[in-house]
Amino acid sequence: MTTDKTQPTAVRKAGATAPRTTLLRALTAAGGAAAVVSTFLAWTWTAEFPGDLTFYGYPGGLQLLTLVLGIATAVFALAALDLKGLRWLTPSGSTQALRLLALGTFAVTWFTVIAIAVDLDGLVNLEPGGWIAAVVTAVPVATTFLLPDDSRPLCRPKELPSWAEILIIAAVFAVGLYVVNYGIQTDADHPEPFLGFLIAVGFAAVALAKAGLIGRISELTSTYRSVTLVAALITAIVFPFFQDKSSFTELGVNIAIFATVALGLNIVVGLAGLLDLGYVAFLGVGAYTAALVSGSTASTIDVKFPFWAAVITGGVVSLIFGVVIGAPTLRLRGDYLAIVTLGFGEIFRLAMLNLDGTSGPSVTNGPDGIPNIPPLEIFGFNFNDDHSVGGLTLDSNGNYYLLMLLVTVLVVLIFSRAGNSRIGRAWVAIREDETAATAMGINGFRVKLIAFALGATLAGVAGAVWAHFQSTVVPEQYVFAGPVPPNSTFLVAAVILGGMGTIGGPLLGATLLYLIPKKLEFLQDYQLLAFGIALILLMRFRPEGIVPNRRQQLEYHETGQLDVPGATGLKDSAVGVTKAEA
Amino acid sequence: MTTTTTSPVLTATGVTMRFGGLTAVQSVDLDVHPGEIVGLIGPNGAGKTTFFNCLTGLYVPTEGSVAYQGTVLPPKPHLVTQAGIARTFQNIRLFANMTVLENVLVGRHTRTREGLWSALLRGPGFKRAEAASKTRAMELLEFTGLADKADHLSRNLPYGEQRKLEIARALASDPGLLLLDEPTAGMNPQETRATEELVFAIRDLGTAVLVIEHDMRFIFNLCDRVAVLVQGQKLVEGTSEVVQSDERVIAAYLGTPFEGAPGAEEAAEVEAAEAGAAPRATGGAAQDEAQRGTTARTEDGQ
Ligand SMILES: Nc1ncnc2c1ncn2[C@@H]1O[C@H](COP(=O)(O)OP(=O)(O)OP(=O)(O)O)[C@@H](O)[C@H]1O
Ligand SMILES: [Mg+2]
Repeated sequence: MTTDKTQPTAVRKAGATAPRTTLLRALTAAGGAAAVVSTFLAWTWTAEFPGDLTFYGYPGGLQLLTLVLGIATAVFALAALDLKGLRWLTPSGSTQALRLLALGTFAVTWFTVIAIAVDLDGLVNLEPGGWIAAVVTAVPVATTFLLPDDSRPLCRPKELPSWAEILIIAAVFAVGLYVVNYGIQTDADHPEPFLGFLIAVGFAAVALAKAGLIGRISELTSTYRSVTLVAALITAIVFPFFQDKSSFTELGVNIAIFATVALGLNIVVGLAGLLDLGYVAFLGVGAYTAALVSGSTASTIDVKFPFWAAVITGGVVSLIFGVVIGAPTLRLRGDYLAIVTLGFGEIFRLAMLNLDGTSGPSVTNGPDGIPNIPPLEIFGFNFNDDHSVGGLTLDSNGNYYLLMLLVTVLVVLIFSRAGNSRIGRAWVAIREDETAATAMGINGFRVKLIAFALGATLAGVAGAVWAHFQSTVVPEQYVFAGPVPPNSTFLVAAVILGGMGTIGGPLLGATLLYLIPKKLEFLQDYQLLAFGIALILLMRFRPEGIVPNRRQQLEYHETGQLDVPGATGLKDSAVGVTKAEA
Repeated sequence: MTTTTTSPVLTATGVTMRFGGLTAVQSVDLDVHPGEIVGLIGPNGAGKTTFFNCLTGLYVPTEGSVAYQGTVLPPKPHLVTQAGIARTFQNIRLFANMTVLENVLVGRHTRTREGLWSALLRGPGFKRAEAASKTRAMELLEFTGLADKADHLSRNLPYGEQRKLEIARALASDPGLLLLDEPTAGMNPQETRATEELVFAIRDLGTAVLVIEHDMRFIFNLCDRVAVLVQGQKLVEGTSEVVQSDERVIAAYLGTPFEGAPGAEEAAEVEAAEAGAAPRATGGAAQDEAQRGTTARTEDGQ
């Protein structure tokens, strides 16, 4: 079987490819195929293991991950063999991608097998299928590490008609939505499926980056910016319609809120370089303000603003706080701001606790907070009721999700427009070198205050929406560091992990940091430890964050042609993170 | 030289800068006239850079005042640049993670108005102003010979080009006076020649230049007038010939221990030798002006 496949290679690079290389690639393909076959066997005898891996004939649960990665390994190996029609898969070389895919297949399979043995107490619980899978997935690992490295700079893509390129973008988003859905819908009671999912996605993502496909996609998305934005928007809008459980949509709402707040913080931290360690307090200011004017029975102010007015009030009050905090501190250089904002965060929480009528004026009900915020109603559309859209129902969480999405879009728009303008350049200049920036005529204090106040306002707006979604606000939600987001540490970590100064970074960072502890309950007690480890590894291996910004990307391709950014760093960090999680 | 008949772009009067007990710059007076290239030389640690920092508002001079086209400048860097004095730095201070073009666009900051709102709303005015800024920035990159590197990160440029980019960035604010702090440090002879041409070209475009440099050939080729700073004090000021033949300058540069403070009379003598020394404000008046400048809260004004 393997020898048959060696024929096509000889066609293009007859002299270049050694027979040994060809053989190794063919073996890799065979190993991938064997892994695929093994997923059709039963790996264990009892359905007690999550996902039910007891069937012969079709794969299920964690086997699906082995299946997908096995197929990918086989297909990429065939691409490495120069099979016609598959060459586009490896624009910047195949070996590294193959190694990662083989490792990914191996890791997921062995994780599953070991998890079966551990969960069910003993290796006896493995059916022969499990043993076969464990053995065959080791083959591609061995062969790919014997392959010579064939990394090359990203070659020019073949010209495609623009409709095809747009279709590719659409397909990428569809796949992305599917992958995210898969992760979100994994069984929350068992950590195994989600852990397996993380391992698989981690390896696959790095492999695609190594193969040059991610570089290719980002080229496409930057060519068709508006198409990409529309595709992203549609993907985000349809998300709640695909959820069969309300709790999944709730995850979506929370992700949208925290991602939005992280993006707002990114203006302050990522663009202007101001370390704000009390950012969550601005979210709190917005939330409390909105709660006070919402007409809640527990509110000490007897008014009921319409929603839009409550949101604007939340934003404006946050803005005022931003200016009051920023004005005296932003004149100073360096770390004073970090200390002052850290203090402000704590003062806000303590003030909310003490404005209860006994320790201070009666405003916030102290630790009880302000419950019973009435459900939103905009133009007769009640957010707590189910609504049916074209045959699909949208529950309360879905309603709030779409509302929050609107805010996310607004913040994305503000971030990209402000960032890409005179004022945005001034922010970056200040971040890069404040002395030089002022010598270029930039009024440092003024532009920093604008960034700080804008960040505060956006957090206030998000807070106002969040208060309505939660229908209650309590002081303990707004801490510097804590087991549940939002807290300032979470937000800063999301920005740094994702990539400072980018739009995608904080969105991705917040999603990961929120979703992972949510899905892996056992991690929750160690969340801060995990944050710390993740950040240390990141700083060591990929200081620019998961999503490098365009400027840092340029660092890797000085000649102007697009290249895979962060070539070496990426592999290391992914491997490191996976190690930490496994 | 006929330049002295026009009113000076820069008038530094009695500029003194003390750091605790150390007097880095002591009562330095200097005028720069339109169309002039003036050199500022002196041994290491003489206070040249400190003097530049005083001129551009990075340091608030302990005493003395700086006026641009007759108007006393407040010691705030962004207002100095706004007024029309741009500078480069001895230890290159580019925005390392911004592209070459973006660096120059930042230099346009004082000559553009678009604030946050117009950036968010993206009206036609905003687009026009952005396009105009880009055109101007590209012109300057063309002028300095960096146009083909517009999209590179500035930190990836070779050293010589980084210095050029600093000049392009400074020119972006359309200055009437350009301060260059050792523009050829670290350059090879060809690059130094090119920089010389560049400085002449800048002068021909109507920008006066005040340049610090240790390369004497560069200075004496280029400058209409040279001032020598030693231990914070202006020792000699005059044409290249005058300065080159001054024994004290030779002594200072040869490293012969300099004995005695530079006599005020001697300095005055040299200056008197030149036709028409620039009028000087009295020390007291200068001090008052400096104080007014410091106390004025100008941060928020635009
Ligand atoms: N911020 C400061 N604080 C204390 N002392 C300073 C400061 N800046 C400069 N000095 C001192 O002032 C003196 C003059 O320094 P300056 O950098 O102006 O010299 P320079 O003429 O530019 O020398 P070079 O030719 O080496 O650049 C030095 O003794 C320096 O140590
Ligand atoms: Mg110096």
